[in-house]
Amino acid sequence: MISPHNDDLITIRLNGSEVEVPNGINAVEAAALHGVEVPHYCYHPKLSVAGNCRMCLVEMGTPMRDRASGEAILEDDGSPKIGWVPKPVIGCATNVSPGMHLRTESELVQDCREGIMEFLLVNHPLDCPICDQAGECRLQEFATDYGRGFSRYVERKNVKPKRTRLGPRVTLDDERCILCSRCIRFSQEVAKDDVLGFVDRGSFSTLTCFPGKELSNNYSLNTVDICPVGALTSTDFRFKMRVWFLKESKSICTESSAGCNTLVSSREGKIHRITPRRNDQVNDTWMTDSGRTLFHSVRSGNRILRPCVENQDVPMEEAISAALNCFKGKKVGVVASCHSTLEEQYLTKKLIDLTQAKAFIRGHFGEDDGILLSADRSPNLRGALLVNLTNQYPGESLHSLNDAISSGEVESLLVLNEDLLSSGVTEENLDKLPIVYLGTHANETSRLAKVTLPGLTVFEKNGSFINRSFILQAFEQSIPGPVGLVPQVNIICDLINQLSNEPSCSASFDDLWESMNASIEGLPEGLTHTELVKSALQIDRTPWSDMPFVEKEALHYTVEETTVV
Amino acid sequence: MSNLPKERRIILKNADDPSYSNQIDCYVRMGGYENLKKAISMQPEEVGEEVLKSGIRGRGGAGFPAGMKWKFLDRKSGKPIYLICNADESEPGTFKDRQIIYKDPHQLIEGMMIAAYAIGAKLSFIYIRAEFHEGARILNRAIEEAKSHGFCGNNILGTDFSCDLVVHRGAGAYICGEETGLIESLEGKRPNPRIKPPYFPAVLGLYQCPTIVNNVETLCNVRHIIEMGGDEFSKIGKPNNTGTRIWCVSGQVVKPGYYEFECGSLTLGQMIFEVCGGLLPGRSLKAVIPGGSSAKVLRADERFSGTLKDGTEFDWGLEDIPLDFDGPMAAGSMSGSGGIIVMDDTVDMVEAMANVNAFYAHESCGQCTPCREGSLWMRKITQRMCSGGAREEDADLLLSVANQIEGRTICAFGEAAAWPTQSFVTKFKDDFIQKASSSEKPENSTLQLI
Amino acid sequence: MDNQLELSELTLSKIDEVIPKYPEKRSAALMVIHLVQDELGSVNDTACEWIADRLGLQPINIKELVTFYPMLVQKPWGRKHIRVCRTLPCALRGSYATCKTFEKKFGVKEGHVREDGEYSLEFMECLADCGQGPVVIVDEKTYENIEGERAEKFAQLLTDGKLDDSEEFTSYEDSLIKLPES
Repeated sequence: MISPHNDDLITIRLNGSEVEVPNGINAVEAAALHGVEVPHYCYHPKLSVAGNCRMCLVEMGTPMRDRASGEAILEDDGSPKIGWVPKPVIGCATNVSPGMHLRTESELVQDCREGIMEFLLVNHPLDCPICDQAGECRLQEFATDYGRGFSRYVERKNVKPKRTRLGPRVTLDDERCILCSRCIRFSQEVAKDDVLGFVDRGSFSTLTCFPGKELSNNYSLNTVDICPVGALTSTDFRFKMRVWFLKESKSICTESSAGCNTLVSSREGKIHRITPRRNDQVNDTWMTDSGRTLFHSVRSGNRILRPCVENQDVPMEEAISAALNCFKGKKVGVVASCHSTLEEQYLTKKLIDLTQAKAFIRGHFGEDDGILLSADRSPNLRGALLVNLTNQYPGESLHSLNDAISSGEVESLLVLNEDLLSSGVTEENLDKLPIVYLGTHANETSRLAKVTLPGLTVFEKNGSFINRSFILQAFEQSIPGPVGLVPQVNIICDLINQLSNEPSCSASFDDLWESMNASIEGLPEGLTHTELVKSALQIDRTPWSDMPFVEKEALHYTVEETTVV
Repeated sequence: MSNLPKERRIILKNADDPSYSNQIDCYVRMGGYENLKKAISMQPEEVGEEVLKSGIRGRGGAGFPAGMKWKFLDRKSGKPIYLICNADESEPGTFKDRQIIYKDPHQLIEGMMIAAYAIGAKLSFIYIRAEFHEGARILNRAIEEAKSHGFCGNNILGTDFSCDLVVHRGAGAYICGEETGLIESLEGKRPNPRIKPPYFPAVLGLYQCPTIVNNVETLCNVRHIIEMGGDEFSKIGKPNNTGTRIWCVSGQVVKPGYYEFECGSLTLGQMIFEVCGGLLPGRSLKAVIPGGSSAKVLRADERFSGTLKDGTEFDWGLEDIPLDFDGPMAAGSMSGSGGIIVMDDTVDMVEAMANVNAFYAHESCGQCTPCREGSLWMRKITQRMCSGGAREEDADLLLSVANQIEGRTICAFGEAAAWPTQSFVTKFKDDFIQKASSSEKPENSTLQLI
Repeated sequence: MDNQLELSELTLSKIDEVIPKYPEKRSAALMVIHLVQDELGSVNDTACEWIADRLGLQPINIKELVTFYPMLVQKPWGRKHIRVCRTLPCALRGSYATCKTFEKKFGVKEGHVREDGEYSLEFMECLADCGQGPVVIVDEKTYENIEGERAEKFAQLLTDGKLDDSEEFTSYEDSLIKLPES
């Protein structure tokens, strides 16, 4: 973070070869850009530089200049004479400059790394068999790659508190701590909750909270992510699964419109944890603690597992027919959702146009924490805007729907995953008409529905969301859904096809995206979901620049944002 | 036969005079604050030039030319400039700043005001170690006295130069003697030294503003430089080793104490055997640490030879080493803070090593890996060696650990912790290897060092 | 403020005086901690919270300092606190023997407070008076050359309460020249 870099490239020499790197970045990043690993612990690209682990020591030299004239001094063969710094320097605090020479593989550097590794392990407990970090532990990795391979330490190791409760979600083992201070810097700089510190000194320094205080803010689990060793571990994940069994897939957090990029770790169809995924435009390397627990809803008790008509389980075709009967010849109202994926919203709009239905939508709002939990608690409100499900900013309630039912303008309802009773629609009104409920979890409205169609959670399907900065981000399926269930796009497609004269709707993502690119102005030609997973798309927000978006200033979000990122 | 030079007490001129107290009247009576007057009548740059011409090197341990340090100051940033006097004096073997603070504090205040004027500081601090309880009180009293006479504070001597002076007490940590550690401590944080680059105090110091940190003795010299002029001052001592130095001799000599001599005017042998009365009866010299415990130890029977910076060849025994900056450095050690520790043949070198290792292990701030783990490891090894658990390979192990610390740390504490071990083990290897076969001390020793 | 700290008016006014001397409040931390410790004998967790609140900091910021520095304590030392230097120059002149003598004479192990709270003994790092070692600091006074039999005598005088009157042992501070103001 002490290397603000501009994008102009300079040439440096890395281990003898000339390479191009952006001017001003530090040596660790410069080497990484060219596939050379400079091992490090305390350095983190999104935190201030501490320079205390000393693992990233490299040799550095710069072209020599005559003190008086400023002229470059040359060797006999005309190449610039390099003044090598006599002591090794830390790569994380060394910003590259034109003509710099770096050695990351010399004997001295190897000796430095072996030395530092040895020192780090000297007081480190032999906890690997019981430590959650095993398999993603930088001590293990760098000891294997850069360590000496044997220990010469025969003294007693320091004893410090083990498996203490640092906060409601974080467990601290002080003996494993290598005092890199990443967690302290994170708490001070990103979470803005200065609650961690080191007490005592020297090798007896210990990480702790003040007695009576805890690491309880909504970003506490990020310290677990960035802790390079097993000192800070997630209490929820403790002893649950060895990380090398986990399959990782890319997802997006649905907690709010921040759209944090996530990594869902699962094994054999069961999700074990969610961690943030790096995205320098959206969430850096962070996410909220509350967003990580959302996967528990996949197996919660009120999950809708089978289609049913009038509370009887029926096969899907029967449920679809029953749904269609609810709509035929009636004035239809469709309650769309800001939680739906863009693809689902697009098809919902198609269905609305086809049936000339009235569209209703509500937002879900809460307090903005100024970091990654925005005031808009739905992941895809802007998707609804993009596909024209509404041209007004969604409110907190569905009073308009209530009025429409009262005045007879709506005679049947298709509800996507919302609870109408808590949105201002009376039960009396709901009793008047047939309701088709398409959603993942049962609620008060689904109990009143005539037809219930089960949907898939965000972890069980593919899709995309548009976040608060109007960035369109795609997510992959992480686990298979419950037996017999299909994605919502399939169901809506089915309804469309059965209601239209020329059934042409396809739920295949390729077809779907082709159709979306053609009809939605903000989307370029040829965009596919697979492409979108690899790299997100910035949508032009000017058509909605007058909308009263509720989000406040936050990480990577300014209120007067332009379309250029 | 001895051509022993006399002490030249410039800094300590009045300190032990029975008719001289630390009150301002005495100081003014002896010409005090006249040079502050003189300095303010010059341009600040001129004052800086005099200090640069004098060639004075820092007396805190690093020996860096003070005039050049002042030149590195970033005067264009628009940020306030600070002057800090490092009165933390914690290097084992050093006790010279104590004499100045307790007995002649106004000399320090005048030196600081002149320095503040030269560098453009409006606020200056004296960071004094907490163990100097009375010293802090004496300084505070002296500052009040100086202020009431217009020598410090607002509108000094009726001019528009103002500089406030605050005494800040430490709390017993050696690492606060490191300049960036001191700055962190002054900012109210844990005194973890900063990484350099980018946090050079002259650019990003106290509160990220340009700061100069100088030792007590160095700042006192500033007053004398202004008095006699930089050129005159540079004639005292030797080229590149100008002025006088206060040497602190401790350990096993008859007359330990503090002595001020012109740089290079006497040798180590003359200091130990003539000025300090030699060793205790019946003892012979075994080793000397010339510059505070961080300096490399010198064996009594060692010979040192090579070429000095000015081209002259030298071939010295321990007693021939001239007492200045370059002499001990040429002998492979350093003059450091001027603390000469003398050890005779009753000293068990492994125990001495254990004592020193324990000091560094205790004082390590714990920020960076090599120093934190390495210093404690070395202490544990030497402690084990002294309690009967020594092995022959421990000598090489100690050396290897020390080599892994040197040059790899954030601040010079790494070198300070590594050099003693490296030098003790290399020069007294037999003693260390001997420990494995017998944990007995030298015959005539009942001295416990750990 | 919901935690109370019993500080005298004098200490409170000294704290009020010292904080504005620094451009940033946090810098006053060490000085405020010293003032609190001088009066209360230690800086326990409640004191840390009070000081943090006074300076606009988090309690952990103060506890970090109190546990780092050897001269700041969370539990008070004895009524008379004796410090002996253990570093090499003083050790070479017999400070380890002095410490052992004191342990016996005062009946307390170094690093501890005697059960009745009267004496405590601390084996410290270099106290910067090495030429006259072994150096002993009692409360705030520095005594020199306390070795061998002198150490025995010193300890006896101290336990008898006669140290201050003794002519044989004058502290460094008391030996400074004092002249009547002219």
